[in-house]
Amino acid sequence: MLRLGRGSKIALGVIVSIVLIFMYVPLMLVMVNSFNDSRIAAWPVQAFSTRWWEIAATSEPIRAAVLNSIVVGLGATVIALLLGTLSAFALSRYSFFGKQTVNLLIVLPIALPGVVTGVAFSNTFNSILSPAGIQVGYFGMIIAHGTFCIVMVFNNVFARLRRMSPNLQEASMDLGAGIGQTFRLVTFPQFRTAFVAGGLLAFALSFDEVVVTIFTAPPGVDTLPLWILNTMARPNEGNLVNVVATVLILLSLIPVYISQWLSRAEEDE
Amino acid sequence: MTSTASAPTRSEPQAVPLHRPVSTALHRRPRLRLGALLALPLTWLVGLYIFSLALLLITAFWLVDPFTSLVRPGFTLDNFALLFSNPAYVSTSLRTLGIALAVTALSAVFAIPLGIFMAKIASPWMRAVLAVAITLPLWAGYLVKIVAMRITFTEEGFFNSVAGLIGGRGPGFGIPIVILTLTYLWFPYMALPVYTAIRQIPVNLFDASADLGAQGWTTIRTVVMPLLTPALIAGSVFTFSLSLGDYLAARFVGGPNSQMIGSIIASNINLNPPVAAAFSVVPIAFVVIYLLVTRRTGALERM
Repeated sequence: MLRLGRGSKIALGVIVSIVLIFMYVPLMLVMVNSFNDSRIAAWPVQAFSTRWWEIAATSEPIRAAVLNSIVVGLGATVIALLLGTLSAFALSRYSFFGKQTVNLLIVLPIALPGVVTGVAFSNTFNSILSPAGIQVGYFGMIIAHGTFCIVMVFNNVFARLRRMSPNLQEASMDLGAGIGQTFRLVTFPQFRTAFVAGGLLAFALSFDEVVVTIFTAPPGVDTLPLWILNTMARPNEGNLVNVVATVLILLSLIPVYISQWLSRAEEDE
Repeated sequence: MTSTASAPTRSEPQAVPLHRPVSTALHRRPRLRLGALLALPLTWLVGLYIFSLALLLITAFWLVDPFTSLVRPGFTLDNFALLFSNPAYVSTSLRTLGIALAVTALSAVFAIPLGIFMAKIASPWMRAVLAVAITLPLWAGYLVKIVAMRITFTEEGFFNSVAGLIGGRGPGFGIPIVILTLTYLWFPYMALPVYTAIRQIPVNLFDASADLGAQGWTTIRTVVMPLLTPALIAGSVFTFSLSLGDYLAARFVGGPNSQMIGSIIASNINLNPPVAAAFSVVPIAFVVIYLLVTRRTGALERM
């Protein structure tokens, strides 16, 4: 066992408390200030009211932004699930020249700064596709988000496939099942949880993304992070941002719950 | 074995090759299978992403017509020369590098005691609570956390109010708050691998160290720290490269004179695309150099 004196243990406990205070006090302040009656967030809060919650509940821009975020997130997730799973199969089942390069290609969109990815895509959309008569418009965002979400699905599915034995598939095909039937009945059920987890991570990543979106969103279209960004620049609606931020903090409990549930499901398998 | 009785009615093995031409063809040709799997992902990644990056890089060599301020294809190294000759650009690059390194160091300094506490001191119940507690903010949203730091350290905010009780004052928006905000954003990426690494150290190493007479801190310094290096490096890749590319933290909690590399790329992309393109090489170069340095230590393969 690690032998530490009482004083050292207390010192470590103090550091942990500082870390937790540093992590959670700012989030608490957001939640408390969402009930601040004033226009600007401040401490201590002078008067409480639910007026910013009422404004947020009926705000058309917020509703539209949430809808856009969901549509873009779902589109990106579909792209990521398809391309991520295909490349996970290729890289886990075959060895070939350039395998490392393909791996790097998948990681690159998330490894490079968002501003580089965003600027590169917007440059292509505006200076190549647009003059050629192709207006990507709304799909520009989905294409860009899909690209950096691939790695989320890839990582999860790849890790699972490496642990899976190909013998079951061989057996299934020996027994006369075709490639489609084998995939549906034998292969897919074995990596379903990894597939779902990757999809959820991809959606969460897209839902939260802001920098690439700044450069690829068509004019006048806001995702929820873009709405927050634009509203942050308008100081008079500071506490409206806090309402939306509070909802997002509460929503973040869902993926934490799902990931706990998924890891339990994985242990059961 | 009752299930075998129904099997013959479901399929006849000798008829399979005739009925499943696609499956048979694919089964016989592994290269074809590999090609079919990779065709779509590679077309997407190379045709869209790498193509876009390459195009951006080419733009960095183009010229801006001084009279019409339109971008003109050509070849010049002036845009890259500007990175080194313009003092504002040089200081921004160095500032960004310094901020990214400070965020990495700060994250490591807090991740190690947190990891030791979670793995070696906390009860199993408390360990589970702490593990959720450091993962939760990861999901809370990037902008949410910037908003949170902004209202914590703003002029009439919480920090000044609490510091005022003892007659102090917060530093106000500036580079220290940018470093703190980026640490807040990326800390879990350092804390989680460090904690996992400490948990994976075999218990008998601690016993052996104690039996040989080492006190707790000696064990931490001579046994735990060397074994933590791979996790620290893996975590630092995230904290370093994510901080390096960020510019919204600097925009919202940075005050004046705190712009980062990303700020210059973002503000030039419409005014002077070649300069923005040349500047986007800077963070890529920093990240690649950092990855090459860490790869030499071999830490990433051991993870």
